Parts: sequence; structure tokens; C-alpha cells
Amino acid sequence: MTFRAQHLLGIEPLHPTEITALLDLSDRYAEENRRGVRHKDVLAGLTQINMFFENSTRTQASFELAGKRLGADVMNMSMGQTSLKKGETLIDTALTLNAMHPDLLVVRHPNSGAVDLLAQKVNCAVLNAGDGRHEHPTQALLDALTIRRAKGRLHRLSIAICGDIAHSRVARSNITLLGKMENRIRLIAPPTLMPAGIAEFGCEVFDDMEKGLEGVDVVMMLRLQKERMDGGFIPSEREYFHRYGLDANKLKFAKPDAIVMHPGPMNRGVEIDGVIADDINRSVIQTQVEMGVAVRMAAMDLLARNLRERRVDNRPVLV
Amino acid sequence: MTDLVLANARLIDPVTLTDQIGGLRVRDGAIADVWIGAEGKRPKGVTVIDCGGMCLAPGIVDIGVKVSEPGERHKESFRSAGRAAAAGGITTIVTRPDTTPPIDTPEVLEFVARRAALDSPVRVLPMAALTKGRQGHEMTEIGFLLDAGAVAFTDCDRVVTNTKVLARALTYARGLNALVIGHVQEPGLSEGAVATKGKFASLRGLPDVSPMAERMGLDRDISLLEMTGARYHIDQITTARALPALERAKRNGLDITAGVSIHHLTLNEFDVADYRTFFKLTPPLRSEDDRIAVIEAVKSGLIDIICSMHTPQDEESKRLPYEEAASGAVGLETLLPAALRLVHAGQIDLPRLFRALSLNPSHRLGLASGRLMAGAPADLVLFDPDAPFVLDRATLKSKSKNTPFDGARMQGKVLGTWVAGVEVSGRI
Repeated sequence: MTFRAQHLLGIEPLHPTEITALLDLSDRYAEENRRGVRHKDVLAGLTQINMFFENSTRTQASFELAGKRLGADVMNMSMGQTSLKKGETLIDTALTLNAMHPDLLVVRHPNSGAVDLLAQKVNCAVLNAGDGRHEHPTQALLDALTIRRAKGRLHRLSIAICGDIAHSRVARSNITLLGKMENRIRLIAPPTLMPAGIAEFGCEVFDDMEKGLEGVDVVMMLRLQKERMDGGFIPSEREYFHRYGLDANKLKFAKPDAIVMHPGPMNRGVEIDGVIADDINRSVIQTQVEMGVAVRMAAMDLLARNLRERRVDNRPVLV
Repeated sequence: MTDLVLANARLIDPVTLTDQIGGLRVRDGAIADVWIGAEGKRPKGVTVIDCGGMCLAPGIVDIGVKVSEPGERHKESFRSAGRAAAAGGITTIVTRPDTTPPIDTPEVLEFVARRAALDSPVRVLPMAALTKGRQGHEMTEIGFLLDAGAVAFTDCDRVVTNTKVLARALTYARGLNALVIGHVQEPGLSEGAVATKGKFASLRGLPDVSPMAERMGLDRDISLLEMTGARYHIDQITTARALPALERAKRNGLDITAGVSIHHLTLNEFDVADYRTFFKLTPPLRSEDDRIAVIEAVKSGLIDIICSMHTPQDEESKRLPYEEAASGAVGLETLLPAALRLVHAGQIDLPRLFRALSLNPSHRLGLASGRLMAGAPADLVLFDPDAPFVLDRATLKSKSKNTPFDGARMQGKVLGTWVAGVEVSGRI
């Protein structure tokens, strides 16, 4: 096993072999989830706390389910309206939780870098469930797994990422991961939603969707993050859909067997036509959700193994 | 008081731009005599200090130091800031009015002057706010504040967005020949931004601002200067894009000067690395190309002044997610060793460095210091430019320890600091 990290804070620090190791284990869990095999022993006796400083239904449910399938004691804390409102700092919240000796901490936070900051202050394993516009590593891993299962490989593919790239942590993690695995990445967005200097990451940049989609194997759509916008990035949703929404006409430019992905939740009729989203021959959006649970199981499994090893190494721990 | 002779020193003279062995004699707080050569006048009845070939330069005049009195004395007091300055070879600190409450009335200014005179071992010259409460709506009592001892007027990092208010304040200031210090930035663009637009900000997912926002602010202020003819200094020019506009304004004869913080000269955006909030500054750290261009501008004299932009922040305000953390870094004690990095890198020589650290700020404020010549105040710094050390922030004399240079290898130690002929660093 080559995955040695203490935390899963982002894709950036991972080596390609670590990514492959994570995906291999995820693949196994995905198969066993389908067969209904349960692994109550893997995280038995461990406590998993989901701390969401930003609202989330899907990711939180996915992490919760993953933890429960592996036998962890899962606790959900929605932090939106609690201690931070009372003036407690993020670090104090982290120290308080740390004193309760959790084993796995799943954190989502609206500020870039906040999960890294929190991870510096705790002894347990921290999983980044999304920090600001920075990273969302489990999403990138589940996307990678979905692609690998659909295309049979995760290298030398031409992959288009379309939509609100500027505000998207999903895009950043995906660009990093797919780049590390040696794929061709094409970014398609109106210039107002394209981050500066992004071409230096080895991506091709397009503002014309039809040109950008030409001959790609994978079309990855992003959600228009209205809640992160401070106004005026696009003139209207209908113009956006006309120019950048994925419909049958634009999809024709991609390879005939190109798959369509979306991290959810979808704005139907804004970035993607409902017909495409529901087309079982093209859309793998439901598979992405399924792979999400498997990837999170694998990530927590590997982090828990490292955690146990570290604790053995550091004996005696008498606090 | 007996005379003091500092002999056998490398005299760093920013007026003649020379660097040669010599000595000087101090009498009654002023420089009485300067000579070149290792041998020199060593008359009896005087204290002679053999400088052993170390560098002797005019003391640093640091424009834009935040002393957190009144309001946040736990972050920095006049005593701690003064001691930090003395340890860093700074003989005059020019304080910012962005305190709580802001220094916008003669009464508050008098409080500051009294506290400073009581506690600070180095000279303290206060600046006052340009508009009441730094709100940008109404100008302060510029005349009364001048009478009370304000040396310049600034709203610090807040831009006066109402052009009419700024135009009137500049016009009124010109009538009193008062110096106005501005922060050039287009606030509409830079609102909420904590990083400079580019690869790094995109990688880290931080709200960013184009370096053009600085140029746009500068262009507006230059137009206002053409209109009003005021005396104007820009606190920090940090981008390559702003330099041609500054150069043109100077060539056209406007009374304009510019400064830059030592941090923008020695660090770039990539130093922020994994969201290190001690590197969060206003304006944000720039690209390496900008840094190099700005160093060139200091060397050529286009940028006149290097300052520390000393901004004390306590641990609590820095131990937050990057976007929410407070901005600013302390710099009094690290200004000289950090600036010497440029010397050691061969990017600037010592006399030109001290032109930007001592002579130009002093000249801009109409002071007599900043020079090694008979008649000038004996505000001096003696330092070893090569002595290496690793900075430990716990040893800083500032009450706040938010330095970006913690653990950094630096060269250059202050051996002695004299204010009006009196040694204040406690090292001699």
C-alpha cells in the first residue's frame, strides 16, 4: 500500500501512485456495495465527526453513509448556526473537538485553506469535504473513478471541464488530479468565470463551447455557483444556457461515446439540459453519486489504517 | 555633555552616494564634523568609539508605522515600538493615524505626542487623518493638526472614494503646504481581495485583484494632483504596471513621491504558500516580476522611500482562515536586515539603500536628519552588514510578533543606534 498521508486535504499533495491506490480500493468497495457486502469491522470503534460549516446534503449524506457502512460511530455537526456565531474561532472549535478524541474529522468550510488550518491543530485524520474555492478531493477522486470505470483508463483522455471554473473547488481538484494522471484538460467558460493564469497549469482554455468540446472523451459540467458570486459575472441564466449550457447540439461536437458528468446539485436548464442529464447512454451522473460513497469509504479506510499505525508508533499515549 | 567621536567607520553617505572609511564627531546632539580616512582627529577629552570598519549611516526614518495607541495598546505601545525601532536602527518613526479612535483631531494628536515623548526612545512624528474618522466624507482640521505637530495627512489603507472630497482636501492642504499621503487602489476592484490575480491565487482559490487596480488608483490621483497642485506621497507602489505612470507624473513636474514596503521588496505571492497569514498584507504580495521591477525603481530613484509598514497584529487576529485573518506585518526590527538582502543580492548598493531609508523620507518631511554632514542631527545607525542570524520572532521587542521572517536566515545586525547623539539601543 502506498498511501501514507495523515490527512486528505487536497489532491495537490498526492502522488499518482497514491491516487491509483485510492481508486483501486474504491473500485473494490464499489463492487461490494453493489453486492450488499458490509464491512462493519473496518472502522469499528472509531468516531467520525462530520463538521459542515457550509450547508450540504449530498456530500454529508455520502460521508455519513460511508462511515456507517464501515462501522464507524458517525456524528453530524452542522456548524452554520452554532459556536462560530458565538464568537468562537475555528481553531478553538478544532481544539475543543480534538479534546473529545475523534478519529476521523470530515470538514467543509466556506474559506479556502480553512481545513488545512484546522488540520494543523488536531491529532486525528482530517478529510477535506470542500474548502472555499480551493479543493474538494473526494469529489475529484469519485470523478476519476467514474471516468476510469466508464473509459477503462485514466490517462491520455481528452476531458472538457465546462462552466463556473472560477468559483469551483471541484474544478481545481479535478484539474490537479487529471493533470497528474496525464490527461488533456480543456477548460470552457465565459472569460468572467475563468480563473487567471489557469493556462499555466497545462490546460487548454476555450470560451467557445463547441470548439472546446471537439473530440473530447469526457464532458464534465459544473454548477453555476450563484451563492459564491458577488454579482454580474454573466448577463442572465438564459444567455448562459444558450452559450454554455450542455444540450444535444453542443454534445454532438464531443466524441460519439463521450460521457457526461456533473458534480450536482444540477441547475437544469442553466448549465445542463434535463434531457442530456437523464440520458442513460451518456450521463454518468448517478454513477458519480454511487462512486462517491465508495471513494469516501476507501479514503477513510486508508486514513484509519495510517492513524492506527501512527498511534502504535507513538505509544504510550497518555493524555 | 562631552563630544563623541565615532572613528574608523564605513561612512554610508546617501547624499554623495559614497561608501568610504572615515569618522565623525558629535557635539550637542548634532554632527559637528565629518572626515574621511581611518586616521583622524582624536582630540583629548572626548569619548572615542572605534567602529572597527563597520557601517555608519544616517538613522532610518520610517514613514507609516502603526503604533496601536490609542485603542489597542496590547498590540503595540510607544514604548515597545520605540524600543523595536531603536533595535532596528530606526531613529524616527512617523506614525499612522489608523488607530481606534483615529487621530483626526488636535486633541487626540496631543495625546499621542505626549505618550510618545514619555515612552519612546526614538523620535516620533505623528501623521493625522485626512478625513474625519477616515470616513472619506469631510476633511479634518488640517491647519490645527499641523499646528499640533502633524507631519502629514493620510487615511492610510482607506481610499477616499469621493473624488470631490479628495480634490477639496488636496486643494486645502496645498494652501497650508501640507503633505498628503495616499494609498493608490481602485477600491471597487480590490474589495474583498486577499491575493494578487494570477496563477497562485487561482491555485489557492483566494479572492484576487488585478495589479491594474493600483495603476487605476494612481492614475486618478495623478489627475487630481494636476488639478490641485498638492504635495503628495504614495505610501506603497508595488506593481510594475504603475511605474510608467509614476515616472510620467514626476517628469511632468508634479510634487509626487512614492514609497514601497520592505515586504513587497523581499517577498512575493508564493511566500504565502499554505495560507500563511503572517504574509497577508495590504496590498497583497505581488508576482516576482513586480518585485524585481519595484527593486529596479528603488535603485533608479523612481521610488523614493522604503518603509516597514509596521502593522502589529496579535495572534488571535492572525490565527484565522486566510480570508478572515487580519492584514499586516511588523517590520521595525527586520527592516534593515531584510533590506540588506537586496544589497547582498547585488541589487542595490548601501548608499542608494540609505537614500531610500533615511535621506529621502527625511527630505520629504522637511527634516534635517538623514545626512552625514556637519549640522545634521546626530541620528545614526552603526551596523555589521554581514553578521548572519536566524530570526526568532519571540525575541522581537514589538509586543506583536507577526513577522513573515520568523525562522528566516538574515544578514545584518545593528550594533548601535544614536538619537541626537544618545545611544538608544542599549548595545553600546
